[in-house]
This record gives sequence, structure tokens and C-alpha cells, in this order.
Amino acid sequence: MSTTAGRAPEQSGEEGRRGAFSSRRVFILAAIGSAVGLGNIWRFPYVAYENGGGAFLLPYLVALLTAGIPFLLLDYAIGHRHRGSAPLSFARLRRGAEGLGWWQVAICFVIAVYYAAVLAWALRYTFFSLDQAWGSDPNAFFFGEFLQAGDVAVTADVVPGVLVPLAIVWLAVLVVMALGVQRGIGVVSLVFIPLLVLAFVVLVVQALLLDGAGFGLDALFRPDWGALTEASVWAAAFGQIFFSLSIGFGIMITYASYVGRREDMTGSGLVVGFSNSSFELLAGIGVFAALGFMAQSSGVAVDEVASGGIGLAFIAFPTIISEAPAGALLGVLFFGSLVIAGITSLISVIEVVISAVRDKFDTSRLTATLAVVVPTAVLSLVLFSTTSGIYVLDVVDHFVNQYGILVVALVSMLVVAWAVRALPRLSEHLNVHGRPRVGTGWRVLVSIVAPLALALVLVFGLLDDLEAPYEDYPTWLLLVFGWLMVVALPVVGFLLARVKWRAGTHLDGPPPGSDPVAPLRATAPAGGADVRPRPAAGQDEGGAR
Amino acid sequence: MSTSAIVMMLVAMAVIWGGLALAVVSLLRHGAVEDRVEAPRRDL
Repeated sequence: MSTTAGRAPEQSGEEGRRGAFSSRRVFILAAIGSAVGLGNIWRFPYVAYENGGGAFLLPYLVALLTAGIPFLLLDYAIGHRHRGSAPLSFARLRRGAEGLGWWQVAICFVIAVYYAAVLAWALRYTFFSLDQAWGSDPNAFFFGEFLQAGDVAVTADVVPGVLVPLAIVWLAVLVVMALGVQRGIGVVSLVFIPLLVLAFVVLVVQALLLDGAGFGLDALFRPDWGALTEASVWAAAFGQIFFSLSIGFGIMITYASYVGRREDMTGSGLVVGFSNSSFELLAGIGVFAALGFMAQSSGVAVDEVASGGIGLAFIAFPTIISEAPAGALLGVLFFGSLVIAGITSLISVIEVVISAVRDKFDTSRLTATLAVVVPTAVLSLVLFSTTSGIYVLDVVDHFVNQYGILVVALVSMLVVAWAVRALPRLSEHLNVHGRPRVGTGWRVLVSIVAPLALALVLVFGLLDDLEAPYEDYPTWLLLVFGWLMVVALPVVGFLLARVKWRAGTHLDGPPPGSDPVAPLRATAPAGGADVRPRPAAGQDEGGAR
Repeated sequence: MSTSAIVMMLVAMAVIWGGLALAVVSLLRHGAVEDRVEAPRRDL
């Protein structure tokens, strides 16, 4: 796939300092690794099932093509053109917009703190699968023996069974991040993403061979066309696409800044977008085939066993593993896949923070890694290895997704499209090396359709939360770890934007040589320029080879 | 499985996995063009 495999892409001095992916293939695998996470495996199947089954395909595809991929390309264009972390890219786009980048960094910090805890659970369950340690009651085992969850309160009672795997997860993250963009993130993606696909294909084949698999697939794919008339179903489709593609909170901006200047970002975006959805479809088939087996062996309908999220992974699947032939293999594949999908997403989230710290303070890779990962790991261990960890995690996860990611994504899009009016130059940038070309249609989707869709998702979530307290948790828990946290994120972001940049940081527009459109635009005849690269021009628009 | 479920599963596979295949082929073809464009530059 890559045209530059095995060598570093063209780099200026600053880019050499920041690090870069060695090829387009590595970038695409890293971006897929970021997008494909826990939500693909445990969220998509249930969301599809709950919102029209087979009919959900229609709003899902509309959301992917009209909002998901266009927004993904917007992130790519911002990062690839401005060659910086989220704060630096936004600062180069417009000085006053830097706070948006730090807001995204703050969100990534919060996500990393709790996301690692779920990985630790999955890691532990990979080994539990070998002898089905949960016994005959996975529900009681998960909340009781494993998490030792007590009353809803914040406690300091440490659970060693969570603390140890969580520390291992953070140690692994520390090593990967210290190795850098290519030797750390790139190599992990090159190894883990093919391994993840292989493991999940084997899991799906095994699940399809189980008795009752057809019942599960029938429940997932049987279309309920009437659902298409409900706005909530469309909101669910757009929400799934936004949450799943890692867009709007700095990851894709950061990763795109590590890509060679000549790469086709539009084509890469299409591959990443469809790869993410392809894995979701594969996960849906595997999960519902297994749930069909569970329903048949329990003598109940599929709707009585269908679930998503933590309930699916740590309660339903252990039940399936206990009853299925070769259950240990199924368990290792399922929880191993969760670990792999999660770790590649976690490193992308942490990279947003490390990259921002490096750009702002001009620190070495190792210093920035230690400065970011160690405090994040300590906070993660303190909050989520205790008996109250699951409640705090559930609240933080809900609020940071619903009111953190969605709001910052919406504000970012509106600022870029309507305040900075950057879409024409960003589409020009994408078109220099990108195919298919983007034009007015893309600009309409990014400036109007996607913001409206995001607003729809936001409103439906808000109505749910106003109707009843989230999961009936106590008000103080929702206020402290929910509302207060999401309000604090932009405040912290805009305060960080007031810190001075390291001396010599170029902030006025894209760094020299990274805007290949500029020299062509300057010599273009009136009426517009054909900005495609010309083989005979004899000039390197990248300017820094 | 009901007929409608089978049809929708096949449609989903065709559209999403087919879309991925098309995207990969398109990227590969465009990448090949870029190679030809870049090759003479390195020789100059």
C-alpha cells in the first residue's frame, strides 16, 4: 500500500524532532488501531440491534458518508497541513483557536485515565478464560469477587486483582510511548492490527459454528423499517460513527501531522473509515452469533440475553465461554481482541497529550513521555483500582463522551468552518495529493450537515439525562465526576493556551514548506489554479526533502 | 435466519467490505501514479 515503506518520509528539522511514521501503510494501520477500539466490539452490535437491526444499515451508512468520513478528512487536513499537535495545529490555523486544541488534549487525558482500567479488566479476563474462573455466576463474580464493588461511594480500598493488571497496562504504554512515533506506535500498529483481525476472524468462525448462531444473526440483521422514521435511530447512527472513528478530539490531527507531506490523505481516510466499519460489522456477526448460542442453550429469546458494553463483555461472554465447546479458546480470542483493540486506541489517546507537551515545551520524547504517562497512570491507579472504581468509571465515560467529545467536536467544526473560514484552503490542501478530490460537497457536509448531526446526537443525550439521572447514580457523583469535570475541561484548555510557546515556534500559518498550494496559488492565473502536482515542474512543493 | 435478515446481512457485507476493497484499490492505484511522478525527481 505504501510508496515509501522502509524509509522516513520527507522531514524538515522540526519534523525530524517531532518524529514521523515511516510510511503511509504504518499511518493507516495506526489510524485504524486508534479507531478500532472497545466500542467497535461491544457497542456497535448492540446499538445496531436496538435501532432497527438490518434497517440500521441505512442511517449508519448515511452517517459514515455524510459526517464520519468528511469530519475525518477535516482532522487529517488540519494536522497534515499545519504539522503539529492539536494545540499547535489550531494555533497555526488561528492564534485564538489554540484553546480548542488544549480542550481536546484535556479530554484525551481524562479518557486515558479510565480507558486503561477497562483494558486491565480485559487482560485479567483473558487469563480467567483459561479455567473459567468466574464459575457458574459471572455477574456475581465480576461485581463481587473481581471488582469487590460496594456501595456507590468514593473509597480508597484497593483491589489488588485490578491494581496489578492496571499497572502492567501502564508499564506497557510507557515503554511504547517512550520508543516514539515510528518505533513505538508504528511498530505496535504493524504487529497488533493484523493480529487483531486474525484473532477476530477465528473468533467469528468459531462463533458461527455454534448451535443457535443463526438465531443471533437473525436478531441482528432482521430489518425493522419502521425504526427509520424515528429521529433517535438516526441520532444513534451518527453517534456510533462519531464515537467510533476517533474524530474531533485531537487523535487524527496528531497522527496526520506525522505523515509525509506528499501522502494521499483523502484516499487514506476512506480506507480508515471503511476499515473501522468493516471491523464493526465483523464484530456484530461474531457477537450476535455467540449471543444466539447463549439464547438457545438457555432456552430464551435473543432479546433476553442481548446486551452491550461491560454487561456484554464481562457477564454475557463469560457465560457463553463456559457453555461453548472450546470455550477457553473463544475466551482468549475475545478478551485478547479487547486488549489489542484497546491498547492501540489507548496509545493514540496518550499520544495526543505527549505530542502537545513536546510541541509546547520543547522537551525530549522521553521527558514528555514520563511527564505525561506517570501522572496519568498514578491517577488511573488511584481512582480505578479501588472498590468504587466502576461507578466513577461509568460516570466519567458517559459524560466525557456525551458532553466532552461531542461538544468540542461541534465547536471545533463551527470555528474552522464559520469563524476561521478555513475549509477552502483545507480542501485545496487535501486535493494536492489526494484522490478522490474534495470540493463544495465536502465543505457543505463539514460546515452544515455534520454539525447539525452532532447537535442532534447531543440534544437526544441531553434529553435522556434531564429525564432521569444517569443510571440513577447519586447527584453528588454525577456533579463531581460528570458535570463539573466536563465544564472544567474547556476551562483548563483555554488556561493552557495562555502558556507561552517555546522560543522559535512558528505560529503564523503552516510551517514553511508545508503548504504545497501556496506557491502554485501565487502563480496561478485569475479564475483559480490547478493545484495538482506537475511532474515536469522540477520543484519540490514540500520544500524540505 | 429469515430471508430478510440474510438479504440485509449480505447487503451490509457487500457495501461495507466492498467499500473497503474499493478504497484500498483506489489508494493503491493513486499511489502507483505518485511513484511514477516522484521517480524522475530523485534521479535529477
